[in-house]
Amino acid sequence: MLDAARLREDFPILKRLVRGKPLVYLDNAATTQKPRQVISALASFYERHNANVHRGVHTLSDEATQLVEDSRRKTAAFIGAPKPQTVIFTRNATESINLVAHAWGRKFLKAGDEILLTELEHHSNLVPWQMLAAEKGVSLRFIPMREDGTLDLERAQALLSPKTKLLAFTAASNALGTLNDVPALVRLARGAGAKVLVDGAQWVPHLAVDVRAWDCDFLAFSAHKMLGPTGIGVLYGKEDLLEAMNPFLGGGDMIQQVRLEGFTANVLPYKFEAGTPNIADAAAFGAALDYLGAVGLAAVREHEAALVRKAFEVLESVPRLTIYGPRDVSRRGGVVSFNFDGLHAHDVGTALDLEGIAVRVGHHCCQPLMAKLGVPGTARASFYLYNTEEEVEALGRALRKTADFFFGAKAEAKR
Amino acid sequence: MEGDAELQDLYREVLLDYFRSGAHKGRVEPADFRSHGINPVCGDEIELTMKVEGRGADGRIGRIRYDGHGCVISQASSAMMAESLEGRTVARAKELVAAFKDMMLSKTPLESLPEELEALKSLEGVRKFPMRVKCATLAWNTLQKGLEQGAARGKED
Repeated sequence: MLDAARLREDFPILKRLVRGKPLVYLDNAATTQKPRQVISALASFYERHNANVHRGVHTLSDEATQLVEDSRRKTAAFIGAPKPQTVIFTRNATESINLVAHAWGRKFLKAGDEILLTELEHHSNLVPWQMLAAEKGVSLRFIPMREDGTLDLERAQALLSPKTKLLAFTAASNALGTLNDVPALVRLARGAGAKVLVDGAQWVPHLAVDVRAWDCDFLAFSAHKMLGPTGIGVLYGKEDLLEAMNPFLGGGDMIQQVRLEGFTANVLPYKFEAGTPNIADAAAFGAALDYLGAVGLAAVREHEAALVRKAFEVLESVPRLTIYGPRDVSRRGGVVSFNFDGLHAHDVGTALDLEGIAVRVGHHCCQPLMAKLGVPGTARASFYLYNTEEEVEALGRALRKTADFFFGAKAEAKR
Repeated sequence: MEGDAELQDLYREVLLDYFRSGAHKGRVEPADFRSHGINPVCGDEIELTMKVEGRGADGRIGRIRYDGHGCVISQASSAMMAESLEGRTVARAKELVAAFKDMMLSKTPLESLPEELEALKSLEGVRKFPMRVKCATLAWNTLQKGLEQGAARGKED
């Protein structure tokens, strides 16, 4: 069991007040807060080790290089990647997916090919493929979402064909919390001979991953959603695929040799890391991985599932509230999306903010999914290892107050 | 309770009344003017339609209707805009749009709001919530954009 009260001591920001009230931070699917271990690692890099990587033979450059490569090894170990060089550092999960669309998609896809996506996707796993489709004449297909917020795998089977060259899907929905059956989806794709990209932005911070067990070709995620700094993303790829792909951005570091007439690309992972990388944040990400490793993802998952059960219990007692997504806690992560009947999510977000409670409101970068639900947006509470049942209760109290204010006896009487 | 006072200051009774009443909601068909707007922050959409008698700056605005989903602030602001601008000339409407936006962006004090926009003073509290100002200005931006495009089309005629 995880001791959230003790972990909270590591997060300086959780002590601050918002509008005179203790901060209740329930926007972890957007970004998580950082423990002082990560903040110290970042400061320590600039105070003690700052230099460019792979450049000099001097001591600082060597230390900076070691710190980045340590983080790469830790990242590989965290996701079960067979070799550190199959882990590419990017800016964020969005850039990781764009990297695949450019460096793999533009090289290997042609007119008439199909890419299979799902209706649950974040814009970051939709728009890059729309751009590629427009450029190459590739068609996009979508696995539909069922009423309960899960994917219709029977339809997925029917949508796959020899034309399908890629299945790209989110492991966990940022908007509804749905946990997809990754191994089943990978098996379906393999049956059609398609490559598989998994958007792990909402999974990797919360549940254990083994890319070899999943057998996915690509996995994308962001450091800032797992206690790490902003500005670092990860792309894992199978080695042979990464080798076969074109480079992504051109410039320094990604080359082995340059003549005026041309260049030869560098070895993995540097082939995809042009220019001076985000050295300090990559170094600090290592501290985030150490922290998560020490807590243990099994404990994180158990803790979040308990918070979701608590949230269901609390939210069900709030009048006029609809909860979206699967009700089976084993099929969802620590994300609870909801709406009041007759009230826009923005009004809910502001009312909660006045109580010091931070939630995300809006379309969650999932406009097609919102259209499917028939709502312009939702309010979303998303949990992490430092959240407590008391905070879920505070959310419940604030929502009942919101309902009273907008729909209470006084409001009803005036109608 | 401080939170309650702040909530009441932001969501004044008059705003909630406009929101609940659905006044000026819908479409004018056929319309002389049509403009579509999107709030980039939340993706909310609005469709403004209205009658205009006469042409150019001297044209006089008749019925105004707004359509779309939105929060209390955007819906109340849309309804109050329609109410305040019906019967005005296009030239005056443009001035009022500019005056309202300046007030919401705190470029000008509340007191400087023209008397035609008296009701809009109830949106004063929104100025303390920068993330929500775009909700209040959505209908106004949509009207402004439509009037500018209409003017551009007029020149081509």
